Amino acid sequence: MSVIIFAETRDQQYKKSTLEAVSYGKEVAQKTGGKVIAVSMGGASDAASLGNYGADEVITLHGAEFATFSPEVYASAFAEVCKTHGGKTIIISNTYSGKSISGRVAVLLQGALATNVVDYPDTTSGFRVKRGVFSGKAFAYVDMQSDVKVIAITPNSVEIKTHGTSASVSAHQPTGLPTSATKIESTQTVSGKIPLTEAEIVVSAGRGMKGPENWNMVEDLATALGAATACSKPVSDMHWRPHSEHVGQTGITIKPNLYIAIGISGAIQHLAGVSSSKVIVVVNKDAEAPFFKAADYGIVGDAFEVLPKLIQAAKASATS
Amino acid sequence: MKVLVCMSVVPDTTTKITFTNSDTSFNTQGVQFIMNPYDELALTKALDIADPAGGSVTILHVGPADAEPAIRKALSMGATEAVRINAAPTDAQFVAEQIAAYAKDKGFDFILTGRESIDYNGGAVCGLLGAMLNLPSINVITQLGVSGQTATIERDIDGGREIVSCPLPFVASAQKDLCEPRIPNMRGIMAARTKPLQIIEPVSGANHVNYSKFELPQPKQGVRMISAENPEELLHLLRNEAKVI
Ligand SMILES: Cc1cc2nc3c(=O)[nH]c(=O)nc-3n(C[C@H](O)[C@H](O)[C@H](O)COP(=O)(O)OP(=O)(O)OC[C@H]3O[C@@H](n4cnc5c(N)ncnc54)[C@H](O)[C@@H]3O)c2cc1C
Ligand SMILES: Nc1ncnc2c1ncn2[C@@H]1O[C@H](COP(=O)(O)O)[C@@H](O)[C@H]1O
Repeated sequence: MSVIIFAETRDQQYKKSTLEAVSYGKEVAQKTGGKVIAVSMGGASDAASLGNYGADEVITLHGAEFATFSPEVYASAFAEVCKTHGGKTIIISNTYSGKSISGRVAVLLQGALATNVVDYPDTTSGFRVKRGVFSGKAFAYVDMQSDVKVIAITPNSVEIKTHGTSASVSAHQPTGLPTSATKIESTQTVSGKIPLTEAEIVVSAGRGMKGPENWNMVEDLATALGAATACSKPVSDMHWRPHSEHVGQTGITIKPNLYIAIGISGAIQHLAGVSSSKVIVVVNKDAEAPFFKAADYGIVGDAFEVLPKLIQAAKASATS
Repeated sequence: MKVLVCMSVVPDTTTKITFTNSDTSFNTQGVQFIMNPYDELALTKALDIADPAGGSVTILHVGPADAEPAIRKALSMGATEAVRINAAPTDAQFVAEQIAAYAKDKGFDFILTGRESIDYNGGAVCGLLGAMLNLPSINVITQLGVSGQTATIERDIDGGREIVSCPLPFVASAQKDLCEPRIPNMRGIMAARTKPLQIIEPVSGANHVNYSKFELPQPKQGVRMISAENPEELLHLLRNEAKVI
């Protein structure tokens, strides 16, 4: 019996969400017993380092099949390792890649699936997880009843814990992999930018910014804070910003430590996607804007006056 | 060209969420149910591809009879026929099993779902279906074109986008940007009245998970206002009080 983690990398480095997933796996193993095994595909520069976050073993899978991400191939190879090593609790990050494989892995292992999980499980009787539902407007407690449990955890949901240990690393050559039917023609990634769903700090702006030409201020503040940028739905509908930045009920649901909303009114559909943020700051010129009711800190003021001062203060704060 | 579009029916986005029966079930009182917004995109795209090819688009919903207004809406948008599998959808795995059992021998050229349902936010049905039907599954797609037996697809990936090609058949999930949702016109609404709606009984499925309880987020303690003249104070509080920077 073991806890198995799908370890994702970006540029050969483990993602922060992977470290969270390993920490989660360690916590589960402390409750249910068993080894913590991380499975690393497509190459990572320092596999043994996952030991520090709680992995006992790291299994690496190499080969041309893993050079690009294919949900069928990755899910099959990962499920095979899970079977070989008696994986009972399977932890995957709820990133785009994680979401692409979690359903397939659950089917291959005939396990129960819970996505969008936001907290450690309660194992006092059975195995109960907490997941976000209604786009952040509520949570559900779900009893996972099958022997094998596939859990996809939302980035930024649990703290990373370190143990100061190192993991043993071994290579595995999967057999009987499907050949990928899909072929990647081209990939376009924004390098050096933190993906919105994984960001700890998000600076977001709405229609109050008046036009796309004013977004340099939003970006400057984000840069000063090391944040990702987001926007309200009308802003992406009008193509002021790409749709991938649209947060809310019909956009992305995010859960950063800090969400700064500038010139956003705080409509129920917007709040749905961001209300799980740990701390919310609202800047709005209208003191009656509904967003203030959902905020921890607020500034009533014109964004065009407040932002330059805020950027300056953030820059000064970063260097102090 | 035969296309299947899977539709979930969800509370209207303005719904204030509450629960009943000691927080064990969602309170549907006074709630208006709508077609899941992402499924509108999936259906629109399916129609844009199938219509010029003289193909058909089947809209499929797993759920009880109260979903029929939403199913009629899908038909009025242009779907050729509708199928309702008469079962209460308990979770994504149950739903996917029902859809897979229906679709497995129908010869669909491709199957579209939404990126996620805006109520249960599983984002799971596309991948589950792919594995159950042994088809490629492509999540969060923002462009789709079919030429002959091959589809060209753009999809969101972590921190960017990717273009993939994929042979038919496949399963994919619709993301914003795929298209603008079609608005039903008068002719569509009239035509929908006579389009076939087939009701079939569910197959027995595994019961992997059980929703035992719901909870609303903790309300905020109240907002602390800071003068617009003094943003340094905000930074100070974020660093020393909230400890988030
Ligand atoms: C089906 C459906 C789904 C939806 N899904 C989403 C969703 O997922 N995400 C989402 O965001 N919205 C969603 N919406 C839209 C939502 O209802 C709101 O219309 C939207 O969030 C408003 O965006 P906004 O706050 O940027 O613009 P507005 O409502 O126009 O608000 C602009 C705000 O900026 C302030 N402002 C103006 N000028 C300044 C200035 N100079 N300085 C400071 N403040 C200023 C104003 O006081 C106002 O509060 C959805 C709507 C529907 C019907
Ligand atoms: N009850 C249902 N009937 C048919 N399709 C569904 C149902 N529930 C979900 N789906 C499809 O699966 C997608 C993703 O749903 P989910 O995995 O619940 O987030 C939806 O956008 C629909 O296309």
